[in-house]
Amino acid sequence: MSAPAATAASAPGSDSALLEVDGLYTHFELRQWGFLRTGTVRAVDGVSFTLDAGEATAVVGESGCGKSSLARTLLGLHRPTAGSLHFAGSELSSLGRADLKAYRAQVGYVQQDPYGALPPFMEVRRILAEPLIVHGIRRRAERWQRIQAALEEVGLAPATEIAGKFPHQLSGGQQQRVVIARALLLRPAMLIADEPVSMLDASVRVEILNLLHRVQQEHRLALLYITHDLSTVRHYVDRAMVMYGGRVVEQAPVDALLRHPQHPYTEALLSALGDPDAANAGRPRPVPGGEAPSLIHPPSGCRYHPRCPHAMAGRCELEPPPPDFRPRPEHRVACWLRE
Amino acid sequence: MAGPPLLEIEDLRLGYATERGTLWAVDGVNLEVRRNEALTVLGESGCGKSSLARTLLRTLPRNARTPSGQIRLDGREVLGLPEERFRREVRWVRIALVMQAAMNALNPVVRVGEQVAEPLRVHQRMGRREAQRRAAAAFEEVGIATDFLRRYPHELSGGMRQRAVLAMALVTEPDLVILDEPTSALDVLTQASIMNVLKRIKAERGVSFILITHDIATSSELADRVALMYAGQVVETASAEAFFGDPAHPYSRLLMDSVPRLHQEQPPRAIPGRPPSLLEPPTGCRFADRCPKAYERCAEPPPEVAYDTRHRVRCWLHHPGGRR
Repeated sequence: MSAPAATAASAPGSDSALLEVDGLYTHFELRQWGFLRTGTVRAVDGVSFTLDAGEATAVVGESGCGKSSLARTLLGLHRPTAGSLHFAGSELSSLGRADLKAYRAQVGYVQQDPYGALPPFMEVRRILAEPLIVHGIRRRAERWQRIQAALEEVGLAPATEIAGKFPHQLSGGQQQRVVIARALLLRPAMLIADEPVSMLDASVRVEILNLLHRVQQEHRLALLYITHDLSTVRHYVDRAMVMYGGRVVEQAPVDALLRHPQHPYTEALLSALGDPDAANAGRPRPVPGGEAPSLIHPPSGCRYHPRCPHAMAGRCELEPPPPDFRPRPEHRVACWLRE
Repeated sequence: MAGPPLLEIEDLRLGYATERGTLWAVDGVNLEVRRNEALTVLGESGCGKSSLARTLLRTLPRNARTPSGQIRLDGREVLGLPEERFRREVRWVRIALVMQAAMNALNPVVRVGEQVAEPLRVHQRMGRREAQRRAAAAFEEVGIATDFLRRYPHELSGGMRQRAVLAMALVTEPDLVILDEPTSALDVLTQASIMNVLKRIKAERGVSFILITHDIATSSELADRVALMYAGQVVETASAEAFFGDPAHPYSRLLMDSVPRLHQEQPPRAIPGRPPSLLEPPTGCRFADRCPKAYERCAEPPPEVAYDTRHRVRCWLHHPGGRR
């Protein structure tokens, strides 16, 4: 089955947008014995949004919501099944090899597991030299200068000492700093950070989030911060979008989203979390029943309807809600309740 | 309150033999847990919290040295108990353990129901039918439909596997369940529903819990009391109200300030510096080099100062002659 065409209801294009994602679908075919099609995983299933230069947006969702597939599609690691991706005005799928390489230099990637992201048998110096070599910085002295600057920028000093170390000789926080240094080396216009702090301890987590925020501000980078943890989005991003079952269910400026969530799923996420408080132990948290939806056989209509306490029979299970109801001027919500 | 607490830990020390000498992961820990009380042991990785759990249940790796100190269960010393008696009388009979990522440690080729019934069959020599009946009851208690008893682990979602592991810990009706990072690998909603199950079981069954976690928000979901560990030692033990409301140790305060919060104008602040190596810990206060309030006295090992019987702080600032 082929993906449906991009919906007409897409993000309004703007001249300043660095990244424009319009009706994006990334599906994976499941095959048995390499050729028998047995199903389709609809990992990203009609996603539209824009990201301006210098703007930080969080993509929030639980595992299996499609947030990492979205990131990998934006990085050019998966080919979109349908839809369009414009970066700085040019359509990604039309780019040739050389242009694609130039695009990748524009997009820095910060992975979730820093240890897994760094080759264990290379010194930091070599790890950081690699992207520079690939992207044609031939002079050794220039490479070293840039490596040094990147290490200092992420707070790894003295650079000469760190450069001679292997990843396992660094702490988790230091490893993640190296990953961030590598993402910054080619002076990108955009960073994609996929759960950059979920493997780190509480106090280190804040250090890394602060660092990401600082470099994002200083270089006016567009940032896509992918996370499952809504409590880490405030203070670090301008906007947030919530994904569920391969689709964006709500997007808004981060304060508005946290204060006035409009989608029942966003509400559920927020009430499942709490700030530390002795009173938490005494009361159960409201949690919707059921499990995260299958991406192979997603529920009909609104994908949240089987778990939604407000689902309207005859409506929500039949028709998927369009992604852009605007119950409040800043929100865009995919929910029939907000029609 | 009448009678001794359910569990008392006194001056517990546990070391690992390493190439560079002994690493004291647990270095003089004093704790107590009362009946139907939930104690959270909070700390960052490497602080010794998991080693503490493993010492309590004697599931230590081979390079662990023989622990010293005292562990009393209902007033009776169990640390020195011979292994065979410990296995018959304590482990999984009185104290059960849910290990970190235990949901991924289920045997993939054995039906879940049989695995949940296994502690009964092994530790209580119970017959198959009766054990299965009790496993079904445990399943209901943690909120899984009993038809899942006949399924294999891969047929269950992550959250259901974690519930199954919890059922396994509860099936022998222990007095104390130790939970080592029970929800850290789970999604937000699944995490909240597991914590709901724990809250309910605590209220209905009168079980005691030791919840070991690095996540401060999660810790507050179950804790009656909190013990914060740093570099192998407990630096503060307090009621949840005192700890989350007005912690006393400088590390506790800084840690609370480092928590990203949903509803707070102030951004979280990182704690500069790193914990010391446990191979060569400082002779004085182990937090001193990161502590904004450190003074000369902190070069000496700080005593555990008792605010009242159940609030203790290992810090010179709180010593009667100390600088506040």
